[in-house]
Amino acid sequence: MDYGLDKKSNSLKTFNTMFIVVWLLIACFPFIWTFWGSFKVRADFFSRADWWYAITAFNTLLETGKSFTTEAYSGAWFEGEFWKASRNTIIVTVSVVSVSLFLGTLGAYALSRSTKNYAFWILIIALVFRAMPHITLVSGYLFPFFQLQIWGILPTTIVVLIAINQPFTLWLLYSFFKTVPKELDESALIDGCTYFQTFRHIIMPVMWPGVITAGLFSLMLAYNDFTVTALLLNQENHTMVPKIQSYLGTNQHEGNLMWAVSSVVSATAPLFLLVMFFQKQVISGLTAGAVKG
Amino acid sequence: MPNKSFFWFFLPTGLAMILFIGLPIISTGVQSFYAQHDQILKEVKKCDPFGCKVSVQIDQEASSKIREEKPLGKFNGFGTYVDRNHLATDQLSNFWNESNSTGEFLTKVGNLPFYKALIFTFTYCIIVTPCVLLLGFVIALSLNSISRKIRGALIFGTILPMIVTPLVGSLVLFWMVDAEGIIGANLQLLMNDPYLSVKSSKTLTWITIIIYGIWHHSPFAFVVFYAALQTVPQEPLEASIIDGASRFQRVKHIVLPHIYPVVTFVALISLMDNFRVFEPIIGFSAQGSAQSLSWLIYDNLVNEEVILFGSAAATSIMTIIGIAIILTPVLIRTWREFRTNR
Repeated sequence: MDYGLDKKSNSLKTFNTMFIVVWLLIACFPFIWTFWGSFKVRADFFSRADWWYAITAFNTLLETGKSFTTEAYSGAWFEGEFWKASRNTIIVTVSVVSVSLFLGTLGAYALSRSTKNYAFWILIIALVFRAMPHITLVSGYLFPFFQLQIWGILPTTIVVLIAINQPFTLWLLYSFFKTVPKELDESALIDGCTYFQTFRHIIMPVMWPGVITAGLFSLMLAYNDFTVTALLLNQENHTMVPKIQSYLGTNQHEGNLMWAVSSVVSATAPLFLLVMFFQKQVISGLTAGAVKG
Repeated sequence: MPNKSFFWFFLPTGLAMILFIGLPIISTGVQSFYAQHDQILKEVKKCDPFGCKVSVQIDQEASSKIREEKPLGKFNGFGTYVDRNHLATDQLSNFWNESNSTGEFLTKVGNLPFYKALIFTFTYCIIVTPCVLLLGFVIALSLNSISRKIRGALIFGTILPMIVTPLVGSLVLFWMVDAEGIIGANLQLLMNDPYLSVKSSKTLTWITIIIYGIWHHSPFAFVVFYAALQTVPQEPLEASIIDGASRFQRVKHIVLPHIYPVVTFVALISLMDNFRVFEPIIGFSAQGSAQSLSWLIYDNLVNEEVILFGSAAATSIMTIIGIAIILTPVLIRTWREFRTNR
């Protein structure tokens, strides 16, 4: 710690730096390695003979003539129809983020401005709902969805993800709206605005920092979801994460492991870029809401 | 805010939560009392020149008819809860009577699917949660003493394992740890055992999944602890330095008490998250040696022949009860905070 009085010994400093370096290696190396390996052929990245092939690209050179190949990518994106999965992911993510923010801001604003007892109970119920494992909810959905014949299509999944997302969004935005001074809307109300007008003209202009944070978490939830999308979508409509799982293969059909590797990289890269730009918001969301997304 | 405006503001989100979180929980509860229909059998007489044979066949027509009439299945009461795949009460009492020692009894119980999953889930929670807290805290302390200029980049690197989805995270690790991956191959060299493979060893699989869990969850603990460390007051720390407190004493007597509420909160949140461990089992293709409660539900729902709604629902309800037990302290805490804030 950087306290003026604190004289740190050199050995402690070195130890500290070493610890951080080792931890960062553990945290980041798997991603770097996968990224590197995605440009090789299977015989190199999953080498039976010698793991060193992954670096020297022995088989990649033999098979393609160069030490880097984009075969895995073109295979997954076109032959494996990963483009379809990423299109579905974009549809799902954009709809989930926009709708759940719309519903969430309205609800959270009302909760933060209500002094009634029921507002408190609603927040408690939201906390309970947030803790529900998604798989238990899915086991509740499947049967009614089959009966209503709305299983397998994108809109159903979008609505479900929006709903699952609500408790967290409510909590995050509730704690955000609590920091917006009440006097702001009270003065507007005295001037004769209705609550909706107040929300539209007074709150909306100042709510964006909170909304961006909440939006990031909704985005990560929708983008990263496996449980809901894998069980509620049919093969045709699969989003990226269940698609990656389908490349792994099962007992019945053999998968294509290199497709899985390249699609893991393709799916992770946008997320990393996003977090790089919005790191502050992600961290403030994790701590301010004190609830994990 | 008056009740009427509150109602309209809250209606959309409230409706979404009631319809797609509240109702499914009720629907799960109802489903857990039903089981899929038994096959309806009929006797078919087949005659050939050598005589007649009576064979038993599945009556497809009647089966599909009854399935259409009662799609939920037959009413089973608590039957699903106590059957062999869940609490297995009959088997338990049998084992108890047959077994000569407690050890034998426990081994037999550990082979029942539900208890097997329960044991893994508990082991995972009990090991991963404290490790996550400890590692997260140490990283936070250590990053906090690094120059501010490069801290941003280091924090980015640190939170990477948390932001990827568990399936992708576990796959990325699995490809390295697998016998054909970089770590797996080196492990073989190190142990001098060319047949060593994580997949085939139960212990190794458990260890990898647990390491994955620590790797994935520590960044969350780190972020919260790091933010809490920024709020530690400087004066007592300076005073303790003047009084000659060692680094360890300072952390123990000043920093830890200050961030204690955050520690309990992170502990409960990660306990809840760890309790629903599921994706890593798929990512590590570890179904053979490690099953969790959530994985049991998933397995019932992707069943090839007929989806076992009742069985999945019964496991779900028991998982929800488990979550509720873990959640109670969080709720009490929130309740107290809310009361004092008003």
